[in-house]
Amino acid sequence: MPWIPKTADMPLLEVNNLRTSFHTNDGEVYAVNDLSFSVEKGETLGVVGESGSGKSQLVLSIINLLASNGQLQGSIRFQGQELVGMKPKEINRIRGNRIGMIFQDPMTCLNGYLTVARQMTEVLMHHQGLDYASAKKCSIEMLDAVHIPDAKNRIDRYPHEFSGGMRQRVMIAMALLCQPDLLIADEPSTALDVTVQAQIIQLMNELQQEFGMSIIMITHDLGVIAGISDNVMVMYGGRICEQAPVFELFDNPRHPYTLGLLQSVPRLDTAGSAKLHSIPGNPPNLLRLPPGCAFVDRCQKGIPVCDQKQPRLREISPEHRVACHLEELP
Amino acid sequence: MNQTLAASTEIRGRSLWQDAWQRLLRNKAALTAVVVLAIISLLVVAAPWLSPYEFDEIDWDLISTAPSLENGHIFGTDSVGRDLFVRTLYGGRMSLMVGIIATLVSLIIGIAWGATAGYIGGRVDNIMMRIVDILYAMPFMFFVILLMVFFGRNIYLIFIAIGAINWLDMARIVRGQTLTLKNKEFVEAATACGVSTPRIILRHIVPNLLGIVVVYVTLTIPQVILVESFLSFLGLGVQEPNTSWGALVNEGAQDMESAPWALLFPAGFLAATLFCFNFIGDGLRDALDPKDR
Amino acid sequence: MTKLLRVDDLKVHFRIPGEGLLRPRHKTLRAVDGISFDLDAGETLGIVGESGCGKSTLARGILGLVPVTSGSIWLAGEELAHLSARALRKRRQHMQIVFQDPLASLDPRMTVSEIIAEPLQVFEPSLDKKERKHKVQGIMERVGLLPNQINRYPHEFSGGQCQRIGIARALVLKPKLLICDEPVSALDVSIQAQIINLLMDIQEDMQLSMLFIAHDLSVVKQISHRVMVMYLGKMVEATTRDELYRDPRHPYTRALIDAIPIPDPTIERNKKFEPLQGDLPSPLDPPSGCSFRTRCPMAADSCAAEAPTQREISEGHWVSCHFA
Ligand SMILES: Nc1ncnc2c1ncn2[C@@H]1O[C@H](COP(=O)(O)OP(=O)(O)OP(=O)(O)O)[C@@H](O)[C@H]1O
Ligand SMILES: Nc1ncnc2c1ncn2[C@@H]1O[C@H](COP(=O)(O)OP(=O)(O)OP(=O)(O)O)[C@@H](O)[C@H]1O
Ligand code: SF4
Ligand code: SF4
Ligand SMILES: [Mg+2]
Ligand SMILES: [Mg+2]
Repeated sequence: MPWIPKTADMPLLEVNNLRTSFHTNDGEVYAVNDLSFSVEKGETLGVVGESGSGKSQLVLSIINLLASNGQLQGSIRFQGQELVGMKPKEINRIRGNRIGMIFQDPMTCLNGYLTVARQMTEVLMHHQGLDYASAKKCSIEMLDAVHIPDAKNRIDRYPHEFSGGMRQRVMIAMALLCQPDLLIADEPSTALDVTVQAQIIQLMNELQQEFGMSIIMITHDLGVIAGISDNVMVMYGGRICEQAPVFELFDNPRHPYTLGLLQSVPRLDTAGSAKLHSIPGNPPNLLRLPPGCAFVDRCQKGIPVCDQKQPRLREISPEHRVACHLEELP
Repeated sequence: MNQTLAASTEIRGRSLWQDAWQRLLRNKAALTAVVVLAIISLLVVAAPWLSPYEFDEIDWDLISTAPSLENGHIFGTDSVGRDLFVRTLYGGRMSLMVGIIATLVSLIIGIAWGATAGYIGGRVDNIMMRIVDILYAMPFMFFVILLMVFFGRNIYLIFIAIGAINWLDMARIVRGQTLTLKNKEFVEAATACGVSTPRIILRHIVPNLLGIVVVYVTLTIPQVILVESFLSFLGLGVQEPNTSWGALVNEGAQDMESAPWALLFPAGFLAATLFCFNFIGDGLRDALDPKDR
Repeated sequence: MTKLLRVDDLKVHFRIPGEGLLRPRHKTLRAVDGISFDLDAGETLGIVGESGCGKSTLARGILGLVPVTSGSIWLAGEELAHLSARALRKRRQHMQIVFQDPLASLDPRMTVSEIIAEPLQVFEPSLDKKERKHKVQGIMERVGLLPNQINRYPHEFSGGQCQRIGIARALVLKPKLLICDEPVSALDVSIQAQIINLLMDIQEDMQLSMLFIAHDLSVVKQISHRVMVMYLGKMVEATTRDELYRDPRHPYTRALIDAIPIPDPTIERNKKFEPLQGDLPSPLDPPSGCSFRTRCPMAADSCAAEAPTQREISEGHWVSCHFA
């Protein structure tokens, strides 16, 4: 394995023309279509989009955990190393070591039949070659870092003996054990109550300051995005429709979908009761994406060309990219 | 404009059954199995018209002859000179019949028992399922063999005996399914809409049970055929001159070295049928399981 | 004016089989523990609380879908809690429910028309086929479904559309009371707004009374006239919407409001607050005294000793906290 030195100007993760499709009995499902983006060191990229817009499949593609009927095309460079087409053994060395993952349901990564200590030490012993005693010491430190009270004793418990929020913390601790350079979080707080969600988000912010890793944070809660991310990527129908730094995106949303999304969130800080703005229609069927813009059925600003031609993702100002034909008008 | 146009023509929906059917059609293994099974069934049903010989007709001149086109015994003859082709088909009749009827018996008892226990729940469920547990613990093969020894070999006894073993599984499966269905929100929604209990069972529970029942039936039939074959192999199955695949295999196995065809043909049919049922069952299970939705 | 719905000290307790083989000690889970409120015709009461605090059980208790332990429920002047199952079934046309999981609440083997027509078959059996279909198509149009989709099956619709089907089924009998049990929690933001708008429209049209359950104060803010906050089966605060958001008095209500992330990076990043610590205690053995005391930032000794009672601190503003 050639060792490529890290350089200052190389992004941590660089995804180019990524396509993920699934072969099903009903035809080809195009879950991720021609996605290109990069994540810098220490940056938090927020990914928003409707259910089924391909967010999870995007990150599963990155760590090569697609379902068996999935197919991957394009290029994913992590620290300069190409991940597409890499041998499973090598990918394993990166996954869990250099890239950590947390999921919506903690029980997808935690094994209910093993104690937390056993699972955490195993990761460290496998990836970092520590012996049991020091692995356990490290694990307890990590559990302390995610604010699990009485970590010393709790580490010998089974996952089901923890409450929902605690389990999520354990999973975060496990993902951070090897101090990964990239942490991928797929809706880590969606299933939690708001009060617990607030704890988890606060924790993640704190941990990022402590460890300085990059984060890809998937969520469909724009409030969470506003609080945690540096850069935001809005996905629709497996494509990027807009990407911008967080302040820019919220202050100056350009894509009609982003705009609609921002307006349809019921907000606590504005006077209520008036009608909510809503985006009419339903999300597109990934089996039969329209030839033009995927949002065309629901877009109220559509122009004739939208039906025929896919809009290109264009940089309209530094770091602000939009895929909409309106942006190409003179 | 688009709206009014669309409103004028009603769109036909695709039910889960139609979906499943489509998916089954795309499953090559299951489809092949259906075709093979259909051919076997046709042969078995049409047996008397396909062969000039009777199944109990003895040809004293041709004992244990090898398959040959010239003398018309295309599968050869057995040790008493009966045509093996027609005997194999008649044996198939018996085996399939045992399989289907015994499965039906277990189906009826099992669904009634399981659905009642599951839907009523509580103490009734407890008692009914404990009975099933107790019956499970009985050494059934032994019991069947005893029955046969006492009452003599009787084909109806075989149906009943086998059906009586298999309904236990059916009852357990149906009960489990009913329990989960009962707690589904659509059943609660129906209750909230004022629908009465019998109607809920009929309109909501039973149709949703059918999928798993169908799969289970296709997997039970081969199991029953095997049990019958086993009994026949022990010499406890159907009575001469009637026969079944199991009985034929038993006879064939006795002089396997000198007349291998007497074993190979019935065994081949038996194996093919079992394979077919299992493939269809698996195919149905995949087709009916709306996992990827 | 008479109230459409009055719930008085409603309790729904579940008996949980205990452990131990010889002498199992049954435990009591107080899912709903003494809730009282009333509801005018045409009014919406929002009910908010974390997962497991008994919101759904309250809804089910009112509808008679779970047995009520004690208390009374008056719908349009009639006591429901002690009616026989048969008598209760007759009243069901006046109260309907929309569930959280849009797909799970629709029978997968029935077509849309069969699903929506089911209550009609029970309560208006005299309708002939044509009239029934007409009614079904009418209500489908009202909730924003194309009437030509009448023969499709639930799995052929998206989540938002399935929820519309559920709403159509609930409305086809023109009920007086509609209980919405987290109708938008499972939906995407853009679809959520559609459904909330639809429910608001319909309520105005039909002068429906609504109980709107949610775990999120921001959704409730949009649709309710009054809001009730629940914690571990008990009411902690109830008042008009504007008052609740302007002047929340119970520490739990405040924590809930603070915890909601605001979709504006400038505000969200400058928000100074301490999220509530810990998780919801097990409802099987709730803390003594005030059930919120394990997480309450203001808890004092008296909170452990004595449970606070509901007090009306100003007109129509009820709080149960010693220090409100
Ligand atoms: N193994 C698979 N076979 C076929 N289609 C699949 C498979 N896995 C995912 N898909 C489809 O890919 C699309 C994208 O799914 P994905 O899980 O990425 O959505 P998502 O944006 O994460 O949504 P959510 O917010 O609900 O998690 C969906 O339409 C899904 O049905
Ligand atoms: N049939 C039942 N038997 C026993 N316990 C039950 C039953 N139904 C609900 N519970 C318990 O009652 C408590 C309240 O449940 P409920 O479903 O009403 O909560 P909820 O507020 O609706 O939560 P969510 O937001 O998750 O829907 C929970 O602890 C639950 O486990
Ligand atoms: S490309 Fe056209 S349809 Fe798509 S978002 Fe822009 S204006 Fe709307
Ligand atoms: S009574 Fe005490 S513990 Fe309960 S909410 Fe009030 S201050 Fe907190
Ligand atoms: Mg996902
Ligand atoms: Mg609930």
